[in-house]
Amino acid sequence: MKVWKYGDNIDTDMLFPGKYVYTCSKPEDIKAHLLEDLDPLFSKNVKEGDIIFAGKNFGCGSSREQPVIGLKAVGIKAVIAGSFARIFYRSAINQGLILIECPDAVKAYSDGSEVNIDFENGKISVGNKCFYFPKLPKEILEIRDAGGLLEYTRSRLKNKFKK
Amino acid sequence: MDKTFAEKILGKYAGLKDVTPGQIVTVKPDHLLTHDNTSAIIQKIKPDLEQYGIYSKSLPIIALDHVIPASSDKIATNHKAIRDFVKKYQIENFFDIGFGVCHQLVIEKGLALPGKLILGSDSHTCSYGAIGAFSSGIDRTEAASILLTGETWLKVPQSIKITLSGKLKIGVYSKDVVLHIIGDISASGADYCSVEHHGDLTQFSVDDRFVIANMGVEMGAKNSVFFVDSITKKYLNSIGVSNSSYEAIYPDENALYVKKLDYDLSEIVPKIACPHTVDNVKPVSDVAGLDIQQFLIGSCTNGRFSDLKIAADILKGKKINKNVRLLVLPASKDVLEKALKAGIIETLVKAGGTLLPPGCGPCLGAHQGVLAPGERCLSTSNRNFKGRMGCNEAEIYLASPATVAASSLYGKITDPRQVMK
Repeated sequence: MKVWKYGDNIDTDMLFPGKYVYTCSKPEDIKAHLLEDLDPLFSKNVKEGDIIFAGKNFGCGSSREQPVIGLKAVGIKAVIAGSFARIFYRSAINQGLILIECPDAVKAYSDGSEVNIDFENGKISVGNKCFYFPKLPKEILEIRDAGGLLEYTRSRLKNKFKK
Repeated sequence: MDKTFAEKILGKYAGLKDVTPGQIVTVKPDHLLTHDNTSAIIQKIKPDLEQYGIYSKSLPIIALDHVIPASSDKIATNHKAIRDFVKKYQIENFFDIGFGVCHQLVIEKGLALPGKLILGSDSHTCSYGAIGAFSSGIDRTEAASILLTGETWLKVPQSIKITLSGKLKIGVYSKDVVLHIIGDISASGADYCSVEHHGDLTQFSVDDRFVIANMGVEMGAKNSVFFVDSITKKYLNSIGVSNSSYEAIYPDENALYVKKLDYDLSEIVPKIACPHTVDNVKPVSDVAGLDIQQFLIGSCTNGRFSDLKIAADILKGKKINKNVRLLVLPASKDVLEKALKAGIIETLVKAGGTLLPPGCGPCLGAHQGVLAPGERCLSTSNRNFKGRMGCNEAEIYLASPATVAASSLYGKITDPRQVMK
């Protein structure tokens, strides 16, 4: 498992350049351009189970779900950041990508620190330090547990039309 | 208990007497805005649309604006799929290529009204706070879900109260004000929050308010709002909206805010956002003299009649520097028609400007006016991210139409007050 570390204000153009937005939306096509202008090595070397650490306001900028779909498709276990921009945050819920807002864990991380995430108990360990993150509200967990927003919507529509 | 604007409007739409920040509520927006991304949105729910249809044909607003006219067969195919969808489901509010940028159309066509709730799969959906609506950006998947169900969840945000007092000096505009604020509180300074504007606001036209609300997302805001006053009413009347056709919402006097910010407008000078973040803001005078190759006046931020007029007043009877190019991008067909009639387009083209069709143009870097490595663009648009205009080795600077017009005369960043004396 590798940790990818980035700074503050990682915007949607860095995560996925705007020039591809209207011609590229399938997960397998997105991967080649993922983080293209931020870190050209990312798409070549990322492996399932990797973690991203970043500063504040991760995902700021456009309403652009390719980065979320792409990060989920390459198997990013979680993005841990100081804070997230709100459209990106909602998008992650909708796609089932796990985001953890934990500025202290980000501060504690330095190259090579061992990182473990205990989703059950909302705990991240970085080296020998431990940090806790709050659970998502139940309304949001229902969406994630359904497998994402469209699955959630489909199950609701099905129930509605049954009645 | 006294309530903020966000608490009042989200409570109303959730059918709840009281809501508090952090609470999750279910709401039915009045409209759902989508643009060229509509093709990707409907693709996600093809079988579901066949089975359930859309929630209502008056809910969607669809505008083709991002890559228009189509730049490739792939884009053309997407546009065609959208036109077919519009026809099949008899979508009431569809704007084909050439009508303008979606956000300008939503306001100009009276689709956003005070006290209404609008969501859209574009981050600058927050613009409609300019006339007292609650509006916010969502993603494509959520737009697909709303298209089917007509509803979604929202977290009631905390609110920030910005008070603007005093009077703007000559050569300083609402763009300078919003850049000043973003420079002060940073690109994440209003993350997740509802931003309310208070103070001496009658000096700001609806066009000016649009600029500030539009850039709310650049400080991380969920929405950014100006409350209905004589200026709003006059504007709405001018587009055929009567005072009785909406119910304005105002915050209570003692509502609770997470932050209160006060700015003296008379102290603000022309500002510029330097690469590669919108909060890297400096006085224009600090970077004056820097060579620029491309200038852009327009977009959903600053492409309205008043913006083009400011530029034309500076460029009238003059020529831009011979080594640079100036792109003119009206926000809508209505703006273009009005500017044509007033001779403004003639002035800008005679000065050396290249007229682009009303739409998003070079702002997102997908076509029209893509930059080359090492080039710099000075633009009135809203984002200067690395790679934004299609090239990650180019630089983008953001400023007011006056700063961009004045700078185009010299081919260098220039304080507009120098040419406005």
